[in-house]
Amino acid sequence: MKRFLFVATLLWATAAQAQDSMRMAVTTSFHNSGLADVLLPEIQADLGLEVQLLIVGTGQALRLGEAGDVDAILVHSRAAEEAFVANGYGTHRREIMYNDFVIVGPSNDPAAISDAADANDSLQGIADAKVPFVSRGDDSGTHKKELSLWIDAGLDPTGFGDWYRAVGAGMGAALNTASGLNAYILSDRASWLNFSNKGDLALLFSGDPVLFNQYAYLPVNPALHDHVKSDLASRLEDWLTSERAADLINGYTIDRETLFIFNAKTD
Amino acid sequence: MVDLWDGLTQAFWLVLTGDPELAEIALRSLYVTLTALAIACVIAFPLAAFLAVRRFRFRRLIIAILNALMGLPPVVVGLIVYVLLSRSGPLGVLGLLFTPTAMIIAQVIIIVPLIASIAHQSLRDLWQEYHDLLISMNVSQRQKMRTLIWDARRALLTAALAGFGRGIGEVGAIMIVGGNIDNVTRVLTTAIALETGKGAFALALALGFVLIALTIAINLTIHWLGQTEREGRW
Amino acid sequence: MVFPLQVTGAETRRRGKVLVGPVSLHLAGVGATVVIGPNGSGKTSLLGLLHGTARLHAGTIAWQLPMDQARAVQSFVFQRPVMLRRSVVDNIAYPLLIRGLPKAKAMAQALDWAKRVGLGDMPYRAAPSLSGGEQQKLALARAFITAPQVVFLDEPCASLDGRATAEIEAILQDQKAQGTRLVMSTHDMGQARRLADEIVFLRGGQVHETGPAAQFFDAPQTDAARAFLNGDIVE
Repeated sequence: MKRFLFVATLLWATAAQAQDSMRMAVTTSFHNSGLADVLLPEIQADLGLEVQLLIVGTGQALRLGEAGDVDAILVHSRAAEEAFVANGYGTHRREIMYNDFVIVGPSNDPAAISDAADANDSLQGIADAKVPFVSRGDDSGTHKKELSLWIDAGLDPTGFGDWYRAVGAGMGAALNTASGLNAYILSDRASWLNFSNKGDLALLFSGDPVLFNQYAYLPVNPALHDHVKSDLASRLEDWLTSERAADLINGYTIDRETLFIFNAKTD
Repeated sequence: MVDLWDGLTQAFWLVLTGDPELAEIALRSLYVTLTALAIACVIAFPLAAFLAVRRFRFRRLIIAILNALMGLPPVVVGLIVYVLLSRSGPLGVLGLLFTPTAMIIAQVIIIVPLIASIAHQSLRDLWQEYHDLLISMNVSQRQKMRTLIWDARRALLTAALAGFGRGIGEVGAIMIVGGNIDNVTRVLTTAIALETGKGAFALALALGFVLIALTIAINLTIHWLGQTEREGRW
Repeated sequence: MVFPLQVTGAETRRRGKVLVGPVSLHLAGVGATVVIGPNGSGKTSLLGLLHGTARLHAGTIAWQLPMDQARAVQSFVFQRPVMLRRSVVDNIAYPLLIRGLPKAKAMAQALDWAKRVGLGDMPYRAAPSLSGGEQQKLALARAFITAPQVVFLDEPCASLDGRATAEIEAILQDQKAQGTRLVMSTHDMGQARRLADEIVFLRGGQVHETGPAAQFFDAPQTDAARAFLNGDIVE
């Protein structure tokens, strides 16, 4: 019992003494990339700032920001981000970096998308072949991106047959499902490279600029929530847009592949 | 099958090497659930005893509600607690969201109906046995409840263990109100969900095996403590 | 002193059916009153009425104290003893602890009483694991430890063998000699003769005959009592 109390106090203490700590909601795809594991210790070392990550979908990240439950969000869904700022929930939107989406599918590629000319073409191929396709279906940034790609290709996902499976899950869970069904899926490159349960799946299509995925940093508006740690949020923003962050982000690789391109504009 | 084996070996090594991160989340799991359990018992046992000894108008209704709440989906509890504790919710000023305390609150809500329902069944049976004697002795309501709780302590221990099992293995509520923040609110179950999401099945399974082992260890310990009161003697 | 007791037209029912009553009785403060009568004549209900645990639907039961205070100086021993899931001494000490006596004092008295009723060699045994006779002796110790003015006993030896019955009767005789008022029911006429100072003969929920024990057994006044004592079946 004494031991337990000791440990309990210890846990309490660690939770309480984290003076300089802020909460940031990030997308599952960002977290799954593993970049956070590189950046957070450096932020801790440089700024003495503990960034607590809430790993959620873009939709939930925006809600957390609206409610003032986090101090900043880092997401990738431009239209939703701009609405977030326009409605006054965030002070501004700062682009940090981008990575890209890739289309993954069974290695024998029944829809023959690996030699498609562009993203439109490859999605057309999947829809024509009616081969299983897993959609995130969770209103996340990746999901919204996928929907917009279908529409760009002149297709309506709501009219698809049962080859189109909306799983309503995070990136990893959706990849697991795709792996189990041996289905096509749109994933961000980082999540895909870090995913360990690839099974028979392979990267089949990438490189079309339309698949680029811009990450932006949005501090939550302290005018709406006075407990929001906006000073810490702006210190983090300065760091994320610094040379130091640029080197770390551009230098992050998995299997010798670069995942993120730093593109923050310094004022 | 390969994953299962990998998971087992990985669990073995994690435990053997005393992986500090594993130790931290395992201890946090225990801290959250044992604290929630202690609070839940303090609420549920007297409630169960009260329902056993008192006859009042809505007694049956309350028992029926408690029984129904036993199957309360943790996700729903999590959402409700989230909405209450959110900065824009009624209890937002407390700043409890995404802390272990929020997880404890959610778990208390989840396990109180379970413990109270199981406890009520054994206390009700014991009350039938004791009724005539305690009435004849003019025992006060309070004393009746205390007597029942003390004399049914073994059955109540079983109820508490059921509550512990539900709490320690629960992920839906604490994921929402805790946020699965590394070093702050990550516990075994949320870590398992996270690793599964990354497709790291072996590590997820390893954590799962650690969770199972922990649960069994706690159960055995508590049973063993109960056994130290020797049979036939009290 | 809670005596004398005056009962006037007392009646208790269950689901509209009269279990006992209307009964009128006068009980003075000493000795042992034994309630006898055929099965279903209302012996248990009468004891419950006097003790205040059966609901009084009509009439009055007038102790010299209000009913709840009266019950505090009474004890009740059931036909089937109720054992708390505790040790022998913890069971015996229970009524003292309920009354707020310090634990050490209560336990010392309980140990003493365990010895007096012949349970001195098993004070820490689990009470529910005792034999029927041992359980009833425990129940007696638990009933007498509060030094009550009245002890009600509802067929305390109903399912016990001769030896256990003899031991229990010895305890009852001893307590009676020390001035505790006993009110008990029995279907054992031998026991009634050995213990009773006064007999209440119930029949069909009513007091059919009552009087000093010697007179009742030697010269019963009613045909039914005579028949009952003869061992005839009396409804």
